[in-house]
Parts: sequence; C-alpha cells; structure tokens
Amino acid sequence: MSSEKKQAELIREISGVNPLKCMKCGKCSATCPAYNEMDIKPHQFVSYVANENIEALVQSKSLWKCLSCFACVERCPRDVQPGRLIDAARQVVVRQRGGNYLKADEIPELLDPELPQQLLVSAFRRYRR
Amino acid sequence: MQRIGVFVCHCGSNIAATVDVKKVAEMALLEPGVVHAEDYQYMCSEAGQEKIIEAIREKNLTGVVVCSCSPRMHETTFRKAAEKAGLNPYMVEIANIREHCSWIHKDMEEATKKAVILTRAAIAKVNLNTPLKPGESRVTKRALVIGGGIAGIQTALDIADAGYEVDIVEREPSIGGRMSQLDKTFPTLDCSACILTPKMVEASAHEKINIYTYSEVEKVSGFVGDFTVDIRKKARYVDMDKCTGCGVCQEKCPSKKAPSEFNRGLNTRSAIYTPFAQAIPNVPVIDTDSCIKFKTGKCGVCSKVCQAGAIDYTQKDEIVSQKYGAIVVATGFDTIKLDNYDEYAYSQSKDVITSLELERIMNAAGPTKGHLERFSDGKAPKEMVFIQCVGSRCADDRGKPYCSKICCMYTAKHAMLIRDKYPDVNVTVFYIDVRTPGKNFDEFYRRAVEQYGVNYIKGQVGKVIPQPNGKLLVQGSDLLDNRQILKEADMVVLATAIEPNEGVRKIATMLTASIDTNNFLTEAHAKLRPVESPTAGIFLSGVCQGPKDIPETVAQAGAAAVKAIGLLAKDKLLTNPCTAQSDELLCNGCSTCANVCPYGAISYEDKEVNDHGIRETRRIAVVNSALCQGCGACTVTCPSGAMDLQGFSNRQILAEVDAICR
Repeated sequence: MSSEKKQAELIREISGVNPLKCMKCGKCSATCPAYNEMDIKPHQFVSYVANENIEALVQSKSLWKCLSCFACVERCPRDVQPGRLIDAARQVVVRQRGGNYLKADEIPELLDPELPQQLLVSAFRRYRR
Repeated sequence: MQRIGVFVCHCGSNIAATVDVKKVAEMALLEPGVVHAEDYQYMCSEAGQEKIIEAIREKNLTGVVVCSCSPRMHETTFRKAAEKAGLNPYMVEIANIREHCSWIHKDMEEATKKAVILTRAAIAKVNLNTPLKPGESRVTKRALVIGGGIAGIQTALDIADAGYEVDIVEREPSIGGRMSQLDKTFPTLDCSACILTPKMVEASAHEKINIYTYSEVEKVSGFVGDFTVDIRKKARYVDMDKCTGCGVCQEKCPSKKAPSEFNRGLNTRSAIYTPFAQAIPNVPVIDTDSCIKFKTGKCGVCSKVCQAGAIDYTQKDEIVSQKYGAIVVATGFDTIKLDNYDEYAYSQSKDVITSLELERIMNAAGPTKGHLERFSDGKAPKEMVFIQCVGSRCADDRGKPYCSKICCMYTAKHAMLIRDKYPDVNVTVFYIDVRTPGKNFDEFYRRAVEQYGVNYIKGQVGKVIPQPNGKLLVQGSDLLDNRQILKEADMVVLATAIEPNEGVRKIATMLTASIDTNNFLTEAHAKLRPVESPTAGIFLSGVCQGPKDIPETVAQAGAAAVKAIGLLAKDKLLTNPCTAQSDELLCNGCSTCANVCPYGAISYEDKEVNDHGIRETRRIAVVNSALCQGCGACTVTCPSGAMDLQGFSNRQILAEVDAICR
C-alpha cells in the first residue's frame, strides 16, 4: 500500500468520515468563515481525501486556518463532516512531526470556565509555544 | 401417503450457477413420498409447466414442490399449471432456492446443501397439505377516492367514465388541491387554473361522481370488494342546498384576520370563506376559531346578510357510512417546515420565501395581485436568488433523503417568468445538480439560461444573512470558479422539499396499507405494480406514492383508475382459503386472538360443545373467513393452540422445522 493510500485511510479512520457520502454541493465552502484564508477549500478537502491526494493536503495551509467552528459539519446535508476530516488531517501531521504544540500541563492556567472545550482542543492542536 | 413430484429450476444461471440443481433433484428422490424429481432450465416457461402437467398426469402425483424463485413471482403460475392437470392448486409448494439461496450465497457446496434442506422442508409440508377451495365474496360497485387534488379528480373522472359510482373525500372546503395554488405549469407555461378548473367542473357535474368536501375518512373496515367507510362531514355552518355562492357573507364578515391557508398565510381571509374564487363547491365554510359569533356569541352578520338564509350556526358534524369495492389514495403533498434550516433565515426575514409562496405571489388572484414585491417593504426586487434542494437529498435527519423531483423544473419556470415579466430583475439560481429528465424538460431549462439569461451557479448556499439595510446577504459556493460568493439580494426563494400530506399515516393505518419511513405509501411492486398497494383493493394515485409532477400524476391517476375499474368490473372475488379456524374443543374463549387480529375477523359465540361426553355451553372464537387475511397472528398468540391456519397449519410448519433440523 502506498503511503498516501495509508494516510488517506488513517484520516478516514481518525475522523470516522466517509468522503464518498459527499454529493459535491459545496455547502461546506459556502458556509466556511475562513474560506478566503484557505488554499485548499473545505469541499476540495473532501475530494482530496476521497482521491487519496494526501501529499498536497498535508502541505496545505488550510489545516492551520480552519477555525474548527464546525459550521460545515452542522450544515452538511449529507452528514460528511468536512471539519472532522480537517481535524484528522491535522492529527496525522502532528503525529508525523512527533510533538504537540502545547504541553498538557500548561492547559490549567489557560483554562477559562466560559471557554468552549472544543476551542481548547483546537488550540491545543494548533499553537506552538 | 402422498405421491410428490419435485421440479428444480435452473432459472438460466440465476440458480444453476450457484446451486447444483441435479444434486438437489437427486436428493429429493430420497425423501418420503417423492416419486418423481427432475430439473429444467426454465420451469416457468411453457415447456417447463408442461413438464409439471405431464408428470402429474403420468405419475398420478398428489403433490408438487417447485424449487425456484420466490412464491411472490411464480406461485400462481405453478398453481395454475397444477390445476390444468387436475390437481388442487393448494397442493403446490414452492421451495425458494433463488432469493433465499443462490442469490445470496457464493459457495456452491454450501448453497447446494441449503437448497437441499429448503426442498426437504417443502416436501415435508406437502406431505401434510390438504386440498383447499377458495370461497367467494361480492364486489360493491362503487369506488372511494381519498383526496380531491388533480390526482383524485383524474382518478375519479376515469372511474366514473367507465360507468361506476365514485365518491371523492376532500379535507379542504374545495377540491383542487395543490395544483389550484400554482400559477403556471411547466414546461408549457399554461395557466394552472385554466387547465384545472374545467376538470373540477367536470368532476362536480358528473352524474356518477359525488364529492364530499370539508370531510375526512374516519373509519375503514372490511376488505377488497367490500369496504365499509365512515366519512366525517365537518360542519360548514352553511346549508349547501340553500347557498347560492353570492359571496356577500364573505364581503361583510367583520373578522378578516385569519391567515389564508390557500395563500400560504401571506394574506388574510374572512372567518366565513371559500378558499379561492373558483372553489367547488362554491359554498363557504365558517372557521369557528376566528368567527366572532362562535367566540363571543355576538355578531351574526353573515346570517343577516344572507338572502338565501343558508347560514346555520347549529349545524353539527355528520357521519356518512358507505360501502365501496375499491379505495384510491390520492392524499398529495405539502412543503416541509423550514424550522431545521434557519441558516436560510426563513423565520427571520419576510423576503425569504418558499417556492409555493412565490407561486401565490406570481398569481393574479394572489396576495399581491400578481405583482412581484417584497413582503417587508412592498418594494420591487432587483436581485433575486433561488436556492435549490432545501431539505431534499439530506442524509441527516434535518431534511428528506430523497430528491423532491419537481424543484429543478419549477425553479427554471419561476426564473424564466420573472425574467420575462421584469427584464430588469437579475435572477441567480444556486444548484447542486439540475435534474430535468422528462419530455421537453431539459430544453425548457436551457431556455431559461440561454434565452432569458438566468444565472445558474453550481454550488449550494451556506447562509442567508438579513442586513440592516433590508437586503439579504447570500453566502454561497461557486464550485466551477472555485470561489465563495457574497451576494446582496432583495428576495430569496427556497426550493423547499415536499413531503406527503399530514395525516397520511393515519389513513394508511386505517387502510392497513403499507407506508415507508418517509410517509410515502408503498406500492405492491416497485416496477410491475406501481399503482397498487400491497393491500388488496387499495390503489395509489399521485404524490402520496412518491414525488411526481403533474403529467406523471395524471398518468398515474389514470393507471390507478384502470386498476380500480378492473376490480369493480368483477361480480365476485375468489377469497384466499388460507384462513384461520378455531378448534372449539381447545378454545377457552380468552379473547387473546381477537385482540391481535388486525382485520377484526374474530368474534365470540356461545356454543354448545360435546367435550368427551360432557355437554356444555362455552364461549368460543369464530373466524369470519371473508375478513381473515391469513396473517397467522392469532395462531401464534393462542395460548391453548386452538387457532390454526389452513394451508399453514401448526403441524405443517413444525414438519418443515423438523425437516430443516434433521
């Protein structure tokens, strides 16, 4: 198995998303607030995984521009959940690099009870020290 | 002892490629009672049936087992063949070695083993079969059509033209249905009312058609050919015989604030009202929820102004009980509620409307007299955006999983009509796919693009944001240019998914007609029996069976009528002899069977029995074999084993189980 194929499978497995459910309506890209910042758009993300075009995907800056707002997940009519795919692709990259951006013991002092947990997890994945 | 013949079908390669048919025939010969076994390429062919007939005659067969496809396919074929040879048709059993075996297995050895076992079970059953004779039941030569839209009207007209009496039951105060709300129809753009109202008039004037408007089906009992239906005629508070339809009452009625159902709530109507000008019957009804007389006891203006003295505040609902031979369901559709799609701001802005609302706005008799205007400020729009597939093709539970089928065409129609009448209005359509299969349909859509300059953008809209300046900011995808579009629009039209009308599940339950998870009524066979319900005597017409446009609906309505006529033309029907019987010596009168019987076929009688010399009167279950459909629910629920189904007796079924476990 090629490494791209393996990685595509890993992304599908981590996200639990089946990109074949996509009907190519583009509602994810239509709803995305970070659309303009992205080089690979959310709807393309789904077809990149479906076509196992992973090399381009992991190079993409979109990975770090996604806000994890989950608007695409909420509004996708086919329940494809592109946001989860992006999350999973980030995971794959993070795992490859072998390190997280934040240390776990730094979390408590950043903790704000008003803060959505989702944001915390996204931040934990995304930001360097 | 029976003399049984076993006939194993190859079904071309359907069975023979996976099951060793020769082996199945060989193994069958070893079973008790089997005196003949053979295999043949197509048992259902004339030559195949001839083989069965020949063997019955030559070998004096008393029972037949055909190992072939599902009994739903060819049981009748083989029974008829056996009957030709002089054998009682109920001495034929099918071992389903195709759907239950060859089609679902890959390994030949395993599949053959299973086919042998299925054959063995069928042989064990035939060994206990007894000849059965179907009874007869009468056919009431009258049809009921539930729903008075274009589907119901067309079905009723076709049945009535064949000479049979038809009753239409319509929930609303007038017949006409959804089609009466439409402005123009695709792909010819003729006016909907112009082609519908002549049909409405024809139906109401037809001597064989009787229309119950403002009425609902309340109760259904009986069976194919002999249904009894209770119809609730809701009180109109207007005497149908006296009213002249002058309309003065509606003019003078002081309560005019009720939202007009016909205009989708876009304007209001009086408390006494007919839904629209061409209503049939042209007799108003009083909506007691908004009538001042009913709410406060003071008013009575309509009664005072009515020259004919037709107003009757004391009218009560009336129940009419009628017998029918056939029932056609034509309950139609509605648009879905948009509560789950708040991203399109339907609840936030009056300028976001559904396509059906746009139909009313475009119509000369509609709330704006046919002028295209915004409901927020009455201004003429300059930018219009149409969003396709709102609630259709949704895999999640927010919408419907199916394609609503009509939206691509009516959106092209709307876009074209607006561009034609208001050339200065820009029209943009956001689409996922444009689906236009149908005669002259794609040409129609292309005309919208090429001649009328409608801007079609491939991509869905993500959200619609009402702006402080009254505009609507539409954020959508343009997938071909790979960009996100932000567009200010004056009006947004949502191609809202359609769903079966509310209450259809209740009707299906009363009719014991099957219904799918989307509330569409199920047809008896998706391809070969598309207008019949699996329940005998129930037929399907129009969108209650699945999304369809007007030409398709009319075609299906005619087809349903033909099926109903075919039934009504018969004087007698043969009844299924496989009905339940109760053994009066075992029955203890506990009522358990009557409680589970879905057809109301079981009643109780006090009967004198002779139980081993003891004479006494006992309460005993009695099955009305005309009502019994042979479902077997009573036989499995009976605690004392008194209930038995002819043709599927407990002994026969246990013999099959024994044969399988052997």
